[in-house]
Amino acid sequence: MKNWWWKIVAIALVLYSITMGFMGNVPHLNILNETIRNLYFHVPLWFAMLVQMGVSWFFALRYLNGYNIKYDMLSSRAAYVGGMFALPGLITGSIWATYTWGKPWVAEDPKLQGVMAAMLVYFVYYLLRALIPDSQTKARISAVYNIFAFIMTFVFIMIYPRLAPSSLHPGNGGNPAFGKYDMDNDMRLVFYPACMGWILMSVWLLNVLNRMKKLQYNLDNDEKIN
Amino acid sequence: MKKLISLTLLLLLTATTFTQNAEPQMADTMRSDGKIYVVVLVLSVVFACLATYLVLIDRKLKKLEDSFSNKK
Repeated sequence: MKNWWWKIVAIALVLYSITMGFMGNVPHLNILNETIRNLYFHVPLWFAMLVQMGVSWFFALRYLNGYNIKYDMLSSRAAYVGGMFALPGLITGSIWATYTWGKPWVAEDPKLQGVMAAMLVYFVYYLLRALIPDSQTKARISAVYNIFAFIMTFVFIMIYPRLAPSSLHPGNGGNPAFGKYDMDNDMRLVFYPACMGWILMSVWLLNVLNRMKKLQYNLDNDEKIN
Repeated sequence: MKKLISLTLLLLLTATTFTQNAEPQMADTMRSDGKIYVVVLVLSVVFACLATYLVLIDRKLKKLEDSFSNKK
């Protein structure tokens, strides 16, 4: 049971955010109305995605330092989990935008442009991994690509929207971070646990996927890794 | 007649501006007596099911890992 506590914490935090996300007080704002509650569910997906891409980047570096295949497994699994979180992040964002900004995809918004670029970057990563048959070559090329991929993603999603003159996303277009606009302290009490919970859920998924991959590797190869 | 219509329209216009200045529409009453609890419960059940499934997969995987390391 000793390795389970953080998984229980993950479930508890997300359940808390679902409950308080509906029941808690939110500021009364025009246009947003009750949809401000989407903040508890849409934004943590992106934070979890960024964390996973960061983990992927970290283990890509570890892999290149000694070419231990087990770091390549972790690195690639993290990139897949990150993609799995980006997909619902994109869909929920489009749904939210339809009812507040008027259309599902506002192409002028720098955050969306950045996300689009980042998604393309990782799409190439997945393609690279799918198309190179030899596992050592695959690991090396994708690890080197990953170093640039994560840095570019960070620039596209976190820096570029802040440099842009204006954005529909809060905290972008020259203004640092959120908070000032839409969030009050009641919301923070739900939002931060929600982020923590979803990040832990993504780590759990990474854990399961990685162990599965490792088991498969050990079954297929004489040389075992642990 | 035309004057009357334009006057009414003008009045209606001011009426809409008044409503715009009022408090934004929120589902406050819905939360107090509109059974929003049911929605919370449904979403919680959905998430709990998925989480339980993940727990089961995790445990099954653990068993596989254990049987593999015993065989080695």
